[in-house]
Amino acid sequence: MYPTNQNNSMSPQVGDLVLIAKAELGTLVEAFVSRGYRVVLPRVADGAVIYDEASDIRQLPIGVLDEQEGGSYRLKCDSREGYFDYVVGPHSVKRYLFPPTETVLRADRVEGAWQFVTPDPEAQQTVVIGVRSCDLQAVAIQDRVFLEGHYVDSAYKARRDKLALVAVNCRRAGSTCFCHSMGPGPVVTQGFDLALTELEDAFAVDIGTNLGCDIIKSCRWIVIDDQQAEEVREVPTRLRERMEQGGRGFYDDDHTVVEDQGRKLETEGIRDLLVDNLDHAHWEEVAQRCLSCGNCTLVCPTCFCSSIEEVSDLSGEHVTRERSWGSCFNAEHSYMNSGTVRNSIRSRYRQWLVHKLATWIDQFDTSGCVGCGRCITWCPVGIDLTKEVAAIRGDQQ
Amino acid sequence: MNTVSQPIRVSNWQPQLFRIESIADEIPGVRTIHLANELERIPSFSPGQFNMLYIPGFGEAAISISSGVHEVPRLSHTFRAVGNVTRALSRLNEGEQIGVRGPFGNPWPIEMLLGKDVIIVAGGIGLAPLRPVIECLLKNRPKYGAIKLVYGAKSPRELLFQEQFSRWINGGLEMEVTVDRGTPQWQGHIGVVTEIIRPFGGDPKKTLLLTCGPEIMMRFVAREAIALGISPSHVFLSLERNMSCAMGMCGVCQFGPEFVCKDGPVFSFDRVKTLLRLEDI
Repeated sequence: MYPTNQNNSMSPQVGDLVLIAKAELGTLVEAFVSRGYRVVLPRVADGAVIYDEASDIRQLPIGVLDEQEGGSYRLKCDSREGYFDYVVGPHSVKRYLFPPTETVLRADRVEGAWQFVTPDPEAQQTVVIGVRSCDLQAVAIQDRVFLEGHYVDSAYKARRDKLALVAVNCRRAGSTCFCHSMGPGPVVTQGFDLALTELEDAFAVDIGTNLGCDIIKSCRWIVIDDQQAEEVREVPTRLRERMEQGGRGFYDDDHTVVEDQGRKLETEGIRDLLVDNLDHAHWEEVAQRCLSCGNCTLVCPTCFCSSIEEVSDLSGEHVTRERSWGSCFNAEHSYMNSGTVRNSIRSRYRQWLVHKLATWIDQFDTSGCVGCGRCITWCPVGIDLTKEVAAIRGDQQ
Repeated sequence: MNTVSQPIRVSNWQPQLFRIESIADEIPGVRTIHLANELERIPSFSPGQFNMLYIPGFGEAAISISSGVHEVPRLSHTFRAVGNVTRALSRLNEGEQIGVRGPFGNPWPIEMLLGKDVIIVAGGIGLAPLRPVIECLLKNRPKYGAIKLVYGAKSPRELLFQEQFSRWINGGLEMEVTVDRGTPQWQGHIGVVTEIIRPFGGDPKKTLLLTCGPEIMMRFVAREAIALGISPSHVFLSLERNMSCAMGMCGVCQFGPEFVCKDGPVFSFDRVKTLLRLEDI
């Protein structure tokens, strides 16, 4: 028997790793609810695992696996009954910090004079549960865009300040995942309040912040011993090794790793590789397949472009300015009075990929890609950025 | 690269309310609106910066400031009515209100010009964002070497700010003017601006060149300047792209790694020369 918090004067600290029974996940969610948090959990909707507001862990897609490929996403059942064995769906944390549409200004004409009002962002304390390493990295990248430049996006900041994140160390990788190429993934390293690692009959929980610590104190937690801790750490690190060898699936699948089950992206010198090849013939080759639909930009957890629309009532005296997610695949994105700058699909795909993987580094000192693979899965024609970069790189050698 | 140390600001979508104090029709299709703020609180700006002008229901347009910094609190914007917002702006009358956000953007490198010879090359309405520089140099004339404006327009009647020319020349500005198509009365040069850019005597390394106009004109002006021995890092141009937030967050003004709204609109030529060679970037 390990001592529990009921009979032990020890108290968990930030930086500790503890165990909770799987059923205690419900207590954890309730602890957030009782502190006034809106809880966002994964659930199945329309054949995909999405994020949705809920306070009941019964909506979690327990025992659900996703099979992802270029242009394909299917759910299936799994005998393991894991809580978090699907990887990433079309949603990411982005929608809770940088909402798909948002009012940035209201203009009302009162007695002939305009009045401008910036609406309160009405930021709500929110916890997102089940966030993977790739998406934590994506939040850190968007923080650089909206918080760490010349200007701070005050609505984003209000929401960011009230956001709590319960991360999950993946124990399974999908075939479109390549987080191991883009950072520490699938290992969760930072930026979380709590980080779960799913074991056979319990969750190991890393405590990242004081808030996370308070939440854990509300649960029945158990001290973990060194040997168990080592086993917990092995879950994502063994999965990472498997990914590096080209394998996918569960970290502990016993069948031998099949090479080339998954993607990888060689990032060495990638900024110069792409910036020096803006005239490469391969852009035209991709343009023959790309539909310029913008799906990749909508599922991308870091894409930050937006457009503004004027929404007016019939009198024209009450106007709102609505900011919506934009896409560099739309003609309007580069529209100027003298014409559209990027008139071809070739130039739009090039803009997206070169920005994401190369000029993002100039702008924000980080890649814009976290290796989540969403753009591959949700591309209707299965365009795979890892293959497009490899094609350009292959030509250089 | 000349950078202005800007404090970190909270993003602000909230325009300040301004009243159109007067309107000047300049050349066909181009007008200047002179703005005044009820509160008399005009944010200070540097030559080359722009404001986002807002008409509720129509939207915002990025328009450079065409008045001198010493003219504050009056603020002037010169624009051609070509798009949705600028056409709506051109329908407004004196006394009507608009919203103004700004100023935004990286200005002309005014401090670098001290003690130097300066060539200003403008094409068409590209003279508007250069006017604050001209006014600034003339206001402090002894601090600079030779100053020359090389100005080209389609035709004599499309020369912007003609009523200022004699004041500028009397104030110590050399002027060379050219048009694409002359008229029977026109006695000046006919041709493109690059044909009449002549160097000052002495060391070309002491000369800086500022240019604004159609992108293709600026590319050839920069090439000509370098041929005359002016350093590529001493050639500055003001680029135009679609702008929406003006704060480097909406992504629409990207030009390679640059956000034209905050890294520009004024760039040194050596910073953007590779990008300028590419199409659809």
